[in-house]
Amino acid sequence: MRILVVGAGEVGSSIASSLSDAHEVVVVDVDPERVESLTYSEDVLAVTGDGTDLDVLREAEVEKADVVIASTDDDETNLATCATVDTVSDAFTIARVEHTNYLDTWREHHGAFGVDFMVCTDLLAAEAIVRVVGLPTARDVDPFAGGSIQMAEFEVPEDSPIAGETVAEADRFDELTFVAVIPEGADHASVPRGDTVIEGNSRVVVVGRPASVREFARAIDPASAASEVEDVVIVGGSTTGQLTAESLVERGISVRIIEFDEDRARELAELLPSVTVYSHDATDPEFLSREHIKDADVVIATVGSDERSLLAALLAKREGAERTIAVVEQARYVDLFETVGVDVAVNPRRVTAEEITRFTRERRAENVAIIEPGGAEVVEVEVDEDSVLADRTIEEGMSDLPGGVVLGAITRGGEYVTPRGSTVVKAGDHVVAFVQADALEEVTSKL
Amino acid sequence: MTIRVDWRDSLALVGTVVKWLTVPLLAPVAVALYYGDGGLAAFVATIIVAFAAGSALETVGDPTDLGAREGFLMVALTWLAASIVGALPYLFAAHGIPGVVAASAPGSALGNPVNALFETMSGFTTTGATVMGDISFDTHSHAVLLWRQLTQWLGGMGIVVLAVAILPELSVGGTQLMEAEAPGPSIEKLTPRIAETARALWLAYAGITLLEILLLYGLHRTGYAPNMGLYNAVAHGLTTMATGGFSPEARSIEAFSGIVQWVIVPFMFAAGTNFALIWQALTGDTEALFGDSEFRFYLGVVGTVTALLAGLLFTGPVLGIRDAVGPVAGNLEASLRHAAFQAASIVTTTGYASMDFAEWGNASQYVLFIAIFLGGSAGSTGGAVKMVRWLVILKSLKRELFVTIHPEAVKPVRLGGRALDEKAVRGIYAFTAVYFALFVAGTIFVAIDVTRIEQSLTALEVMSSVAATLGNVGPGFGLVGPMGFYEFLPETTKLAMVVLMWIGRLEVLPVLVLLTRAYWKS
Repeated sequence: MRILVVGAGEVGSSIASSLSDAHEVVVVDVDPERVESLTYSEDVLAVTGDGTDLDVLREAEVEKADVVIASTDDDETNLATCATVDTVSDAFTIARVEHTNYLDTWREHHGAFGVDFMVCTDLLAAEAIVRVVGLPTARDVDPFAGGSIQMAEFEVPEDSPIAGETVAEADRFDELTFVAVIPEGADHASVPRGDTVIEGNSRVVVVGRPASVREFARAIDPASAASEVEDVVIVGGSTTGQLTAESLVERGISVRIIEFDEDRARELAELLPSVTVYSHDATDPEFLSREHIKDADVVIATVGSDERSLLAALLAKREGAERTIAVVEQARYVDLFETVGVDVAVNPRRVTAEEITRFTRERRAENVAIIEPGGAEVVEVEVDEDSVLADRTIEEGMSDLPGGVVLGAITRGGEYVTPRGSTVVKAGDHVVAFVQADALEEVTSKL
Repeated sequence: MTIRVDWRDSLALVGTVVKWLTVPLLAPVAVALYYGDGGLAAFVATIIVAFAAGSALETVGDPTDLGAREGFLMVALTWLAASIVGALPYLFAAHGIPGVVAASAPGSALGNPVNALFETMSGFTTTGATVMGDISFDTHSHAVLLWRQLTQWLGGMGIVVLAVAILPELSVGGTQLMEAEAPGPSIEKLTPRIAETARALWLAYAGITLLEILLLYGLHRTGYAPNMGLYNAVAHGLTTMATGGFSPEARSIEAFSGIVQWVIVPFMFAAGTNFALIWQALTGDTEALFGDSEFRFYLGVVGTVTALLAGLLFTGPVLGIRDAVGPVAGNLEASLRHAAFQAASIVTTTGYASMDFAEWGNASQYVLFIAIFLGGSAGSTGGAVKMVRWLVILKSLKRELFVTIHPEAVKPVRLGGRALDEKAVRGIYAFTAVYFALFVAGTIFVAIDVTRIEQSLTALEVMSSVAATLGNVGPGFGLVGPMGFYEFLPETTKLAMVVLMWIGRLEVLPVLVLLTRAYWKS
């Protein structure tokens, strides 16, 4: 497939690099230096120029592109690019936006601005944070099949009741499947067998009904999962912070925001009536203790700069906050953050990459979650007549697939179906499967 | 010293308004012709004078492009000019026109120019304080007593708002003029064109007035209100919706049956409501009215004052009740009726009375005295501090308490979901502070002035008279109570009160700004 990426900023480059292995990628950017460095670092064709300029697009052979991804930092440029592309080609257009008002318009009128799919980085990051807040002890939570199935990634503490148990022992839940285990220090996720032992500090990935996932969360860490999240403090009133606050408030959670900039604090206070907004430096320990940050169930650091977010999260943790979540702009810091004590690090770019990747799959993958490290994926696929699974039992179907695949869950007409060896899969069913990186291409073409 | 205000242009526009004032003056002319009990010459003479003076003023300048400062001046002067022109019929009626026609009301208190000006200013500003101890058709013609009512109706929705509604030359600067006349927190444009907004407000105002007149007259025709004839129905319709309070009956609304009093209560309440909201409710959006935070607060305040008064009246000793009213203490319907009536009348700054509340017990009187400062809603015809300001002050005080505990918290003051600009909050504090400063200054002036001519007034009498004129309420307590009058006060005090009514109607700051050097110079 031929993919045209307009804008080689951080998001654009990261999308280009993650797609260039399997696809032909052309990148357009106004900055000649960026274009040049990308040409050498990635196997892509790079064109210098303005993505809203039809001549530049023609030079990048827009008419041959199957997908055009507009990922500059400027919303209007991205929208204009998509609208321009829309006039000359039938390519599937994807626009990245920051402002949620464009997203709102697009959701109401699909195809608005000539955009076929719109991705709002801040909103995706906020949604990811809210899911983690809603499931204490989870590191990552992704909804599948319209929310009737959840994928969750947990880190198993050393003192957890299930640490040291085998997968067969730990699997006490009917509507839950263990799809992957990542031992501490491993470089990729692997498919667990019944006798795989879940060591302390390893990570497990499960797929199942949300209720079962919650039960499992409780089994992993009964102490911290028992208390409902009631009090959340957000450090940094970025757009992500604001969207997170809105979403948490909707769920009846009390939210406080600490924002350094006075004008932004005022703006937030006007936008979010039920949120208490403070205008102060969140790295002032005296202030943190006076405002009882230690009582917070979760502290979310989204200051805009990784260093400050890290500092804020660590200070909050030291004050006594139960859990900390930090937004990390630089993907390479994610592990570092979690090593030094931040409970969950959310990388907006990774979330965005996941979202965009689902439209660049060869077949009908509908939803994707990437499991790092190693690049394995949890994918959701609607089974059709040609699938190896169609009208066969799972046992038969799986025999035609390579190893490194686990069928996590099935929904039929929106209802959850427990996958067992003897379950017959029908066309129209949605399956959620864990697929290791090396098996991805083969599996997605056969499912 | 160069003056940087084009005062001539302001004067010219005042002239236009004065000229147009001849149109409403035709109403008493018609009444005089119908009743034939005098006053015809007085009004015809006034029309001639007003037309001549207005036309002369119009030639002074060119008001087509009126600036912000000229707007302030124009609005302030319009109210003064209207009051002076409006006082002429009283003077002509009291003194006659030498060599042309004899006086139709010789010996009337209104023969004194200060009294006449006081009565007209009290009329246009919808205060309802009167200098007339002799309100009766024996002394005054039907035409003069109707003109008194009509000044209140014209002043109620605002002379300038009316001018914006009908004068095409005011279409551009109209918003600013309307804001100078009713500088509440905001003039909501109901329609894209300000003239249409002004027309909509006047239409709602006139419509509700008509409804009340029909209801009152209907009660008369069905036998429930023997003395509420067509003249009285019109007269009271004109001053209820204006939150005016003038009545051609010496005993105000006490003169009418209980059912009339009940009917007038909701109209006084409506008069104290934001007319923009009434307009929206009438055009189908009732949520705009009932969801409005100021309206709900207003409803709560009137309800609370009513409940307090009803409790005090029902249980407490009510002093010196005349036979006409009948027993109130122990009578639930009468307690409720008089409580609701007085609460609505004083809170909305109407100033009617269904009984002489100056003879109530101390506790009830003080409740009413405090209520003088409350006022109607923004965008209503009511005066005083106004509901929205009290609401914002309460909310911002609550915010102060919160910020005391959390010094870094940022908490906007919200009104109906919208965050208020801090400048607006500051403006409201400034207004309220200046308002009370004027009240204090006025009280001291009046206290000294009445002592000068060796009158002895109680503290409540002095304070209530100042508060009632500044707040455009009308009646105070004691000698200046609802059945009393202001005539006995020294001339200087009456003139001071004329100024208070004028400043109070224009919500203080637009008039005070004219007294600053910066206004004229920089």
